[in-house]
Amino acid sequence: MGSGTSIGRVRGLGSAKEGAHHWWRQRVTAGSNLFLMLWFVISMARQPAFDYASVRMWLSSAWVAVPMILLVASVFWHFRLGLQVVIEDYEHDERRVAALLALNFFTVGTAAVAIFAILKVAFGAAA
Amino acid sequence: MASRTPARPKSPHLFAGFMKLHYAWGPHMLVSILHRATGTVMATVGTVMLVWWLGALAAGADAYATFLDAFTTSAGHLNVVGWIVGVGLSWAFFTHMLNGIRHLVMDAGAAFELKRNKMFSLAVLVGGVLLTVLFWLYQGIK
Repeated sequence: MGSGTSIGRVRGLGSAKEGAHHWWRQRVTAGSNLFLMLWFVISMARQPAFDYASVRMWLSSAWVAVPMILLVASVFWHFRLGLQVVIEDYEHDERRVAALLALNFFTVGTAAVAIFAILKVAFGAAA
Repeated sequence: MASRTPARPKSPHLFAGFMKLHYAWGPHMLVSILHRATGTVMATVGTVMLVWWLGALAAGADAYATFLDAFTTSAGHLNVVGWIVGVGLSWAFFTHMLNGIRHLVMDAGAAFELKRNKMFSLAVLVGGVLLTVLFWLYQGIK
């Protein structure tokens, strides 16, 4: 790495080999979101009641808990990629780095809480 | 010389002079910015709602009652906050979903023709509202 112009430093190095990675992951998670979120929205629409006992019983089924965990993984990954682009468009320099770090902490933190909560209910732990 | 200079292309900037737009807003522009807006709202407000709901379910009846109290009246119906968040997030989801499908179609290289593109953009806007209305009507009549 010389100290020349930025174009001079990268010329001849080839591509970074991951140019389409973000774009492709966004599309893959969009596809899985479509199925998982439609299942979730239809489940919500058909929910007979939203009281504590009914919803807890609904979530404790493996047929609900497993898709819910997949939904959290897919949707949170998707919004992590989407918000990254929003941040990259509107924030610059140090603020951008800080915002991207905060985004990672927010995504992983909320996903951990959501998945732990689903597992706790599904495994029948006392509240 | 200056008088013979033909009109130059206008700047594409939103505002030149006093609040002047150099182009007319079309449905394709609206769905484009709505995609980002609805996505951002769902990623923030929607995520907090989902995590609060799941966390309250896992934490117990008292925590779940606190969650329900924030969005429902004592009679069990949605309160003002519940309606705004519920209708807002459901509309955001349906609009974002339909425009996402439109984006997947455009990723395949289709629907870039001006008329068809405008038609699909309008379909996203109308379909998002329509699905939201159907969702809440179903909630009401079931």
